[in-house]
Formats: sequence, structure tokens, C-alpha cells
Amino acid sequence: MNNLRILPFFALGFLVACSVPGPGGAPDGMHDPHEASNRQVHEFNQNIDKRFFGGGKERAPAKPNAFRDGVQDNVTNFAGNFATPGYVVNQVMQGDLAGATRNTFRFAVNSTLGFAGLMDIASDIGVGEDETDFGETLHVWGAPEGAYQVLPIIGPSTERDTAGRVVDLFTNPLGYVLDKPEKYSGTVAKLVSRAGKRRQYGATVDSVLHDSADSYAQTRIIYLQNRRFELGQDAPGGGVDPYEELYGSDDVSQ
Amino acid sequence: MFHNERMNRRNLIGGLAAGVMLLPVPALSLTDAGARRLVDSLVGEINRVIGSGQSESAMIRAFERIFDRYADVPTIARYALGVDARSASAAQMRSFTDAFKGYIARKYGKRFREFVGGRIEVESVFVEKTYHVVRSTAFLRGEAPFIIDFMVSDRSGRDLFFNMKVEGVNMLLTERTEIGAMLDRRRGDIDAMTADLRRAG
Repeated sequence: MNNLRILPFFALGFLVACSVPGPGGAPDGMHDPHEASNRQVHEFNQNIDKRFFGGGKERAPAKPNAFRDGVQDNVTNFAGNFATPGYVVNQVMQGDLAGATRNTFRFAVNSTLGFAGLMDIASDIGVGEDETDFGETLHVWGAPEGAYQVLPIIGPSTERDTAGRVVDLFTNPLGYVLDKPEKYSGTVAKLVSRAGKRRQYGATVDSVLHDSADSYAQTRIIYLQNRRFELGQDAPGGGVDPYEELYGSDDVSQ
Repeated sequence: MFHNERMNRRNLIGGLAAGVMLLPVPALSLTDAGARRLVDSLVGEINRVIGSGQSESAMIRAFERIFDRYADVPTIARYALGVDARSASAAQMRSFTDAFKGYIARKYGKRFREFVGGRIEVESVFVEKTYHVVRSTAFLRGEAPFIIDFMVSDRSGRDLFFNMKVEGVNMLLTERTEIGAMLDRRRGDIDAMTADLRRAG
């Protein structure tokens, strides 16, 4: 019975068919065969950011505003709490029972003592957020990363993560137990939270997305390093040793 | 007999000392404690800047001082320049390294204003390849805590950090990509790129 239930996920896993670089196909540890079309989508995303978030323009530093910042925290907490049952489902599929238990505890505490997730009480008592997604589940199941992709609006991804995002539209049990419109509250909160973060970290995002000499290459290397770090993998050129590369293996202090 | 024994012991100690001197210098003369001490005081200075509430330009100046004092700037700059460093003249390298230092200070110094009200805590030290990694955690308002690793080596002759990773994002690789792109834009002209770099960040 349980096997039958997760069958659709397996089916999707096979549908992914992530492309794997051939020998010498990914010299920097980055597999990007669709670079030309990815660059077009990247440019589209940059324009969206310019138009809707004022990206790339001189901006005054965000002034501290306790009320606005507080609401922003509440919205972020709510979105995170809403997504937590989906994390649990993925952690069970990954065989990460400790993580699943921790997130179940977080969801129970924050949904009740934390006023439906507006406050993150669990973090205050030392049980911090532990996000995951179906892309990670695919990684645990042995699916390769696949080619680098840039998705419209959403931004950088890999073939494996894109498949994961599609499946994650269905992994949150709250999507099945709640009625309309409550079931959409998590998605709305997530969008609002993301917009808030775009403002909070405006200058940092600008520095990568608009000020960089090649924002496409910067975004790609930052995304892949960070994603592989999240998955506990070696980032491209992870343990880089400049002394070895620049001065050979001799001790230069001698 | 007694005398002889002492002589023998002296010879033994002398022999041992000579033997030690003949051994190749171990790659890791820096200790965990030494690496941690460096990052502790580095993080202490960063936390002071974050907590000071000074203006952005003052924070950037403060960060340039910190970077100069705690980082192996020539090595970081040379790595960021990549293969082109081999064909650069000594004067070009000096000029580039100086521009690079200012660029890093502006780029990362600006980030400090998003750190205001936060703090960094040093957690553990471990050895990777030929260097030490000092793992620390950044606590920012409304953010899940995240990991910052500082890579420390004494191969420059002093204990200095030569790389840092924020949630897996590696400064050396990221800056090599950026400097490479800036160089491409100038068709490989190091002097023109260095001039751009003085305005960037």
C-alpha cells in the first residue's frame, strides 16, 4: 500500500532523465549545456527585477522599522511553518527520521504556542528550521544533478531541482486537508516573504544581479556552490588551496 | 661509567635534534588553537564594526583595515586573477592587488549594514588538506543561523585567512569568476581591468 502511494514519485523520478556531462563536459564542475537560452531567461529575470523591485538603481539603505520588520518576520515564520509538513514528507522519503521528528515537533509547537505559525517558538527553544525539498530527496535517491537551468521568475535551478519543484507542488499534506482559500495561504505568505527579503537584502541582490561584470556567471557559481553545500556535497572546487595552485606544494614561508 | 652515560644521553639528544632539523618542515605548523585565535580576534573586530552603527563609508574603511590585517591579500588577489597573473608584470600585480583590496573592502563592507544587530560566533576548527578551517555561525535578525567558514594558513609566513565560505559559497571561486568576467570585458587588458576595479564593488 505504502509502495503504491509513492509510486507516482518514482515515476516522476524516472521522467526527470537528468543529463550528465560527458568526459570533459563540465570543466569547472558546472554542467551548463543550455547556456545560450539560460542567458536569455536570466536577462528576462533581470528586467522583471528592475521593473518590480527597483533592482539596479541606487537605493537608500532600508531604514529600521520595528513594526514592518516584525510583520515581515511573522509572514516568513508563517510561510515556513506552512511548508513544514512538506519537509516532513520529504524527510521520511529520504529516510531522515530524526529530521522528520524534529520538523513534526516544530510544526506542533509553532502551530499552537506560536499562533498558527506566526511565531517561531521552536527555534527559541533550540529546535531550529530544517528545510528540505523533493530535489534533495531525488539527490538522496541517487539522481544526478543534471544541467544548470534558469527558470523564468524563479531563477537558478538544475534539472534535478526543477523536477523537485514540480513534485513539491504536491508533497505538502496541508494542500490536501485544507479547503480553498486557506490552502493557498502558505503560497501567498511565501511570495510576500520573498518580496520582503528582496527589500531587506536589496543591496546584496543588486550587487550580484546588476553590478556584477557577468551576473549570469556569478549567479550560476553562487547557486551551484550553495545548493551543493545544502546537499552536503563538495561544491565545484570545494577545498580550493591557492597556495598549492599558485606556489606549488613547497612551503613558501621558507 | 656515570660520565659515559651522561655523554651518551647528550649524544642522543644532540642526535635527535639533528634528526629533527633534517626532517622536512611539516606542512601544518599552524595549530588548531592558533587558527582559532586568529579567527576569534577577526570575528571580534567584525562584531565590533557591526555593533558600532557607524556610517557606511566608515564601515568600509574599517573592513579594509581588517582585511589588510587578517587576510593574505596578495594570495587572494593572485588567485582571483587566475592564469593571467602569470603574464602580469610585478608592477601590474602591485597595482591590481591594491585595487583588489579596495574592491573587496567596498563590496563586503557594504554587506555589513545588513548584518547590523547580528553577530558571528566561532564554533570549531578542523583540518582540510593543508590548511585549517574555522567554522563559525552568523546570527542575523529574522534569519535562520548560517555557517561561515574561514580558511586559515601560515604559508605566507604569518597566520592569515585566505578564503571564506558563506553557506558553501567560496570567496576565491566567486571572485575569480568575477575578475575573469571583468578581464573578458576588457579583452584581457589587465591595466584597463584594474582601472575598472578601482571603481567597482
